[in-house]
Amino acid sequence: MKKGMNKELAKALAAVFLGLTAGAILMLVIGKNPITGYVSLFRGGLMSAERIGNTLATATPLILTGLSVAFAFRTGIFNIGAAGQMLIGGLCATAIGLSFSWPRPLMLISMPLCAILGGAVWGVIPGLLKARFNVNEVVSTIMMNWIAYWSVYYIVPSNFKGEYLETESARLPEVASLKTPWLTNLFQGSYINLGLFLAILAVALISFLLNRTTLGYELKAVGFNRHASEYAGISVNRNIILSMMIAGALSGIAGATFYTGYASNIQIGVLPTQGYDGIAVSLLGANSPWGVFAAALFFGLLHSGKGFMNAMTKIPPDISDSIIAIIIYFTATSLLIEKVWTWLRKKKGGKA
Amino acid sequence: MEFIVEMLNIRKEFPGVVANDDISLQVKKGEIHALLGENGAGKSTLMSILFGLYRPDSGVIKIRGQEVKMTDPNVANSLGIGMVHQHFQLIHNFTVTENIVLGLRGEKADIAKATKRVKELSEQYGLYIEPQAKIEDISVGMQQRVEIMKMLYRDAELLIFDEPTAVLTPQEIQDLINIMKNLVREGKSLILITHKLKEIKAIADRCTIIRRGKKIATVKVSETSEQEMADMMVGRTVSFKVEKKQAQPGDVILDIENLSVKNQKVFGLKNFSLKVRAGEIVGLAGVEGNGQAELVEAISGLVRPESGSIRLNGKDITALPVRDRINAGLAHIPEDRQKHGLVMDFSIEDNLILKKYYERPYSQRGILNREAISGHARKVIEMFDVRAGQGQQSPAYTLSGGNQQKAVVGREIDSNPDLLIAVQPTRGLDVGAIEYIHKRLVEQRDNGKAVLLVSLELDEIMNLSDRIAVICHGELVDVVDGDKTNENEIGLMMTGIKKEKTEDAS
Repeated sequence: MKKGMNKELAKALAAVFLGLTAGAILMLVIGKNPITGYVSLFRGGLMSAERIGNTLATATPLILTGLSVAFAFRTGIFNIGAAGQMLIGGLCATAIGLSFSWPRPLMLISMPLCAILGGAVWGVIPGLLKARFNVNEVVSTIMMNWIAYWSVYYIVPSNFKGEYLETESARLPEVASLKTPWLTNLFQGSYINLGLFLAILAVALISFLLNRTTLGYELKAVGFNRHASEYAGISVNRNIILSMMIAGALSGIAGATFYTGYASNIQIGVLPTQGYDGIAVSLLGANSPWGVFAAALFFGLLHSGKGFMNAMTKIPPDISDSIIAIIIYFTATSLLIEKVWTWLRKKKGGKA
Repeated sequence: MEFIVEMLNIRKEFPGVVANDDISLQVKKGEIHALLGENGAGKSTLMSILFGLYRPDSGVIKIRGQEVKMTDPNVANSLGIGMVHQHFQLIHNFTVTENIVLGLRGEKADIAKATKRVKELSEQYGLYIEPQAKIEDISVGMQQRVEIMKMLYRDAELLIFDEPTAVLTPQEIQDLINIMKNLVREGKSLILITHKLKEIKAIADRCTIIRRGKKIATVKVSETSEQEMADMMVGRTVSFKVEKKQAQPGDVILDIENLSVKNQKVFGLKNFSLKVRAGEIVGLAGVEGNGQAELVEAISGLVRPESGSIRLNGKDITALPVRDRINAGLAHIPEDRQKHGLVMDFSIEDNLILKKYYERPYSQRGILNREAISGHARKVIEMFDVRAGQGQQSPAYTLSGGNQQKAVVGREIDSNPDLLIAVQPTRGLDVGAIEYIHKRLVEQRDNGKAVLLVSLELDEIMNLSDRIAVICHGELVDVVDGDKTNENEIGLMMTGIKKEKTEDAS
């Protein structure tokens, strides 16, 4: 077990290294110095408490959507619907925050809970369709994304219209924000919010669930071998539904942390990019909860540092996105890397 | 002495294993040469080298005395080497002739001429093939003859048969043996890859035995006993006969009445009734695909029968979910250990609790108890001699087939079931592992449990069963006592002919 994990780590690190190298080549091609480029990229993400806070805040929804995709994947389901689940989660949390004037503790509990509920409903529908009618979850989760998109498009302007703009909801009152003064002050006014703790809690819980509980055992058994699970009396359909429900709930919290923590309102006409980025995070994190955590932090760093890099070196911020894309390529083709690796080792061994 | 094929000092290494270590094989013109070895001994590798699929690391191949380089299968074909594969490579909605000319060009691909030639060859070798029949309409035995015909049509001089009898009924096996004799009489040479000693004894002239990549000996079959060949193959003395006392049948454990099961849209099992008692092994004999799978799936709960009932210990389980049947005392060694028996990515210890993970002591209030799981695994691994690199932590896919099977058998027997359904429990295993699993099944019976053994190996059925039920086209042909019958009678029943009717039919 341990050996396998080390191997996954080595593969992920190799992909990151190759991605950064490719980024360096890109910088050279456009006539920039990659060393100063990378220094400013990482400084942009890490050089002050505020920037570290922003990196963590950017990573927070990624941790949760990555976890959502990874969790479903362990049960053999490809959840492409993290974006829609996240959007609905955000909408639910925002709706609570704007509709009620409850005291803060009640807000802080009810908003994430409502986001969990909304995301779970959005996840469980494709789960039910798959279990009951064998509808491919890739298709149905993408459809659910667009249903979420247009639902927000309709509901926000009609019920939670902003003061100035038609295209976004009203601002959340401070009492309903996941941002909290002591944390904001600690990180010198960054976007960091309580969502980070929710994300860390979720990673720990999912890790425990997968590795130590009978439910995790069942979910993994179904994911690895559906036939053997049926043969052993494990209900495959129940686990598919459950897995999608939990995956949806995780993306739902991601929505709460993003729309009511990082931001303070919800826009219409935008599918959050964190949904699809979650697939990348899950891939780089080898579908393991703590792997997802690390991968999300790294992607968060690249995202939050790219503006500073652009300002300091005139390297376009798109380079940073390209690096992410290249890393994903290398992770996805890790089989190839493995082959090249063994080939190189063999060659070396042959010479010696 | 003329050799048609000589493979001299062949060596082939794969990462971590030496598949062929200095093996030599010399086949005389006009002989039937058997290649005998356990699974993984290196038979397939050797034949793949002869066929040009692998290149040897060292060694020489000579055809009719000429050294040749086998770079790909086309070279082998042009030199007159043909292979009759274990899994037929035929297109089902094509006719026999169309299948035979498939892949050929020019003169040889002309259907009219080919049909005529196939008829001639068919008469010459006694194959009795109907050139215009469609593959889907002819029997498995006949399909195999089409495969043989393919090679003859391509002017093969040396035919390699890979486990040719695995899919045949005893009668078909006899026919095949006659065909092989005809082939040799007409000047062809044959290599027979098998692990069935009886067949070697019946037909082969010489036999080369390999074990763990090394050649052990080449012997004259007429001067060597089955026991000697088996001992050479395994490397120790093995016993064929399973030691067992007279059965003491008790109460009826499994009671199947008028069971009918649909497979897709047709009935795979029709009106099937059978009783299995405590303290006996009932063997279900039949050719593959005659309703065995439907029966087993219906008993284990993977499919719902159309009609009829299944009782376990007097309790109607016909409509119960799988888990309730397991809890009612049912265990099942599935036919395909990798598909149904094991979660290959799980460790051995996790696989050993596949049916019990939710019970104490393996878990409590939904939390797994790793210590109890490991302890249980260590116990089963020791009891059933499962060998794995990292003990109970080894992922199942790292184990050899035999050890995977032992793990499955261990899990099922360890649950102390009232009824054990064993489907092909020794498929693909070597003699040593077979001996071991057979002992365990008999032990189960002697402990007063019921065993339903489903197997395509007639030897296994004859050896273990107290009573033998024969199934054909989804219907029960008859049930006979194991010690009052013989292979010929069972073989005949496997084709659907009942015992009393034997005389009328013939």
